Amino acid sequence: MEPYARGRRLLREQPGLVVVAVVASLLGGDLLAKLLGGGLTPARFGGFVWDGLVIGLVIGLAGIGLSLTYSILGFANFAHGDYISWGAFSGWAVAYLLAGIDRYAAGGLLLIGAGDGPAPGDVGVSITNTPLSIVAGLVVAVGFTIAVSLVVDRLVYRPIREADGITLLIASIGVAFALRYLIVFFFYSSREGVTDISRVPSYSLGGVVIDAHELTIVVVGLLLMIGVHLLLQRTKLGKAMRAMADNRDLAQVTGIPVEGVIRTTWILGGGLAGAAGYLVVLTQGTISYDLGWLLLLLIFAAVIMGGIGSVYGAIVGGLVIGLASRLSLIWLTGDLSSFAEPVAFGLMIFVLLFRPEGIFGGVSTA
Amino acid sequence: MSADQFQTGRLKQLRDLLERSDAALVLTAMAGFYLFFLGIGAILNYNLAGLISILGQVTFFTAVYALVVLALNLQWGYAGLFNIGIAGFMAVGVYTMAMLTAPPTGSPPGLGLPLAVGVVGGMVAAALIGLVTALPALRLRADYLAIVTVAISEIIRLTYNSPAFSTFTLPGGIDLGTGGASGIGNFPSNPVRAIYYADPSSAASGTTPIGAAVFGVFETVGVFRSAVIVDLTYGLVLVVVVVLVYILLARVGNSPFGRVLKAIREDEVVAKSLGKDTNRFKIKTFMLGCALMGLAGVVWQGFGTGAVYPQAFRPELTFYIFIAVIIGGAGSNTGSVLGGAVFANLLFLLPQYLPNIIEQTFAIQASPNNFIAAIAPIAAGEIAPLLGYILNQRLPALRFVFVGVLLVYLMQNRPEGLLGHRTETAAAVDLSEGHTPGAATQPDPTAPDEPGGVDDE
Amino acid sequence: MSSETTTVGSDTTDADGDEPPLRVETLRKEFGGITAVDGASFTVADESLTGLIGPNGAGKSTTFNCITGIHEPTAGAVYFNGEDIAGLAPNVVADRGLVRTFQIARELAEMTVLENLMLAPKRQQGESLYRSVLPKFRDGVIAEETELREAVWESLEFFEIDHLAEEQAGNLSGGQRKLLELARALMTDPDVLLLDEPFAGVNPTLETKLLDRINQLRAEEGLTFLLVEHDMDIIMEHCDPVIVMHQGRVLAEGAPEAIRNDERVVDAYFGEQQ
Repeated sequence: MEPYARGRRLLREQPGLVVVAVVASLLGGDLLAKLLGGGLTPARFGGFVWDGLVIGLVIGLAGIGLSLTYSILGFANFAHGDYISWGAFSGWAVAYLLAGIDRYAAGGLLLIGAGDGPAPGDVGVSITNTPLSIVAGLVVAVGFTIAVSLVVDRLVYRPIREADGITLLIASIGVAFALRYLIVFFFYSSREGVTDISRVPSYSLGGVVIDAHELTIVVVGLLLMIGVHLLLQRTKLGKAMRAMADNRDLAQVTGIPVEGVIRTTWILGGGLAGAAGYLVVLTQGTISYDLGWLLLLLIFAAVIMGGIGSVYGAIVGGLVIGLASRLSLIWLTGDLSSFAEPVAFGLMIFVLLFRPEGIFGGVSTA
Repeated sequence: MSADQFQTGRLKQLRDLLERSDAALVLTAMAGFYLFFLGIGAILNYNLAGLISILGQVTFFTAVYALVVLALNLQWGYAGLFNIGIAGFMAVGVYTMAMLTAPPTGSPPGLGLPLAVGVVGGMVAAALIGLVTALPALRLRADYLAIVTVAISEIIRLTYNSPAFSTFTLPGGIDLGTGGASGIGNFPSNPVRAIYYADPSSAASGTTPIGAAVFGVFETVGVFRSAVIVDLTYGLVLVVVVVLVYILLARVGNSPFGRVLKAIREDEVVAKSLGKDTNRFKIKTFMLGCALMGLAGVVWQGFGTGAVYPQAFRPELTFYIFIAVIIGGAGSNTGSVLGGAVFANLLFLLPQYLPNIIEQTFAIQASPNNFIAAIAPIAAGEIAPLLGYILNQRLPALRFVFVGVLLVYLMQNRPEGLLGHRTETAAAVDLSEGHTPGAATQPDPTAPDEPGGVDDE
Repeated sequence: MSSETTTVGSDTTDADGDEPPLRVETLRKEFGGITAVDGASFTVADESLTGLIGPNGAGKSTTFNCITGIHEPTAGAVYFNGEDIAGLAPNVVADRGLVRTFQIARELAEMTVLENLMLAPKRQQGESLYRSVLPKFRDGVIAEETELREAVWESLEFFEIDHLAEEQAGNLSGGQRKLLELARALMTDPDVLLLDEPFAGVNPTLETKLLDRINQLRAEEGLTFLLVEHDMDIIMEHCDPVIVMHQGRVLAEGAPEAIRNDERVVDAYFGEQQ
């Protein structure tokens, strides 16, 4: 019985693939049924897809840095989330400052409303109301986070460059704690509103509500990704990075400037993390000291799914995780909606079990 | 003997004792901590009841931290299993205990089973979740296992937090609940209270004969808050628990089983090449460690703080334990206890008293509520606002910054931890007994007699 | 034993007609684009000290890894006492009595020499969790540990590294670590032992002592040895038969003298050296 024998062998050798195919077809079939039967309007479906894409893009941006650090520096950077948080705080401090300097004291603005500082509605930050401050904030977010990553590398990781992955991981946990609670020290530990929601215009595209901030994120995100692509494919440094991500020892032996590539990795990764943090606040409207940490697990999921060391994998992984966490809400209604994130984590665990090298992987960083 | 020789003689004796005897080391450290905190209490003008309360806190937190650190040390220090989902397993332990023992009429409802069943059930549940985690994940590298355990810990927390399970009905009509974000408040109270009160759940129910006697004794010295006595008693009971767990883990470690664990941590391929089924060892170790973490959850959040709600089990909790393990040096049971003690006392309790002490001693009143208002006056030469800001508003945050820096420092300079060099030989008998190693007249078996032999690298 | 050289597909049964303890049949192992072992077949006769030689890159270590389960062969079979063990997990293979040493000694560096050896014996009572812990059973464990300790000290004295007993294994010299590796493998009480350059860094006197011991174990306990060596003196003097591998295949298999005179072997191997 030829067909059965082939099917049985596929089940034995690639069980993960079979499960994915079965689940995907079941869900896809149910989705189609819902759309056709009216249980789910195209507009609402479109809304989920859009939300998923927006958050997925942000996760993907942040994931690029994490993926590169993992493969070029050889460890899982648990402080990556806090680079994201610092990007958010540094960028928004400046955005707030520029937006409200004509009306409020610099101190309260710089601390993004800490203590008795001004409320978001009063400062009125939004892309249409104060576009320049938003852009300036983004630039500062990227620059500040780059500076932080380089300083941390110099102080923390360079002295133990040759240490094993676990030692570096633990050191990164120390960095995470220090950075996270420095935010609390300078700013605050609560979650605060930042953007003036009332001044953010929204548009309707076939019934799907899109607001200007989300649009900003998509535009900026795509531009950044194109930039990264050009860097990696067209420049010598980019080629060196790809070589090192592939095989660090071999790259070293062939004369690639290791420290230079490492510096570029931190610049690229840190900068993108800063941008991601800044953009997350743009879409969420609120800021908190642990916003990066809360995203970190999802970012790990994206990176692992896409394959460590693969920039494109991180982007695809981010989109997959973002879409999964939002689309799962189609089925997880009501009280079950709290399980959207666990679904994403479950996906990651699934990938680790059946294809630990990820979708684009094939590069082992043992 | 001159005075100097006398001094060095005594000091050397003490140091030798501390090197040799783990018990002496731990007791000395604890004595030190007790004295230290009594001193703090004195500075803060606590009365006797207050001093007893501080002692109770020191005992409690040292014991619970030691317990969890010992459990993590088994998994990571011995077997090299990098588990940073500790908070999740502690949550499973205490939540299961609470759900098993809460009265069916409570809110949320429970099964109303006896306390002992609840505690054992909690440990078993934690072990089973450990099994579910371990089975697929043990093939993964250490850092992947770390990520998976964090993910599972968060899944556990989000499940307990979800309104979907706030109350639910099992097939058969039995109602249960996790209480969602509010958690479970209505489970049996600390069993130690049964020693002192007729009805453990209510102090107003009157005292038992023992209770009356003990409280009476303390009243004669001016201690009228019976709660501090109960708390101190509980702390001492926990010390006994820690000792029992220590003995258990010492047996596990000092045995062929422990040897295989150490081998797995060092080089799993070698362990396999010698015929050891490493997966089984890893699974058993992981389950045992998780069971102990479940127990820790029960005695810490369950009977100790009495707070069974999801926010108590965020990953931060895991990282505190983690840091305590690293301070103490992974691989040593004694190091674990000491690391737990150091963390609990110096990094957890002390910062809670520090603001009061400094305020008392230096009378700092200023307390601006944002950073810029705190540093602006420095230009005018006033640092009081900054100090006030730090002490009254931001000391807990600074503490964690310090902890983070400490962690980095340790990884750069002493990755084996403060006490990592203590080796605990993995054997059930003293391996050097009864044999004197070969005399110096033995020729070096590896020195080549003639050139041409491949020598050491 | 036959003194003719043979190539692939030699007669696999020995004089008694029984299955040999170890037989490799058309073994093949590919790593991505590289074929490390390309259809190798050979037999290791019972109670023999069989040599395995070949230039670097011939595929010897990969063959060891495939036999012992560290790699799963791409194709072919490995028969241990007549049963195909290809693809079984390393611990299963070792537990059945097929044990190997590593070319670069893999001592457990942070454990003492004593601990390294105490680890080796199979199926120790104390490897069970409850037996190590529960009072009633722990006494049995302690008794077994005491016995093992005796055996370990004997081994240390024989290998002349007893003065290093309480040293951390990572502090030993290269040669001492190879001795530890060999001692540890012997303590597993194996039936077939695959030795990968076990005498590197060991002085000739001790080397002779070890070879005598190997021969004693063959005669008295019926052990079988497969020895990878680069030292031709050892091979020529002690091994029979000798298997020659080259470029992933078995080039020749036979008595040492026959191998030495085989043209193809000379070309492939000795010729390079001269």
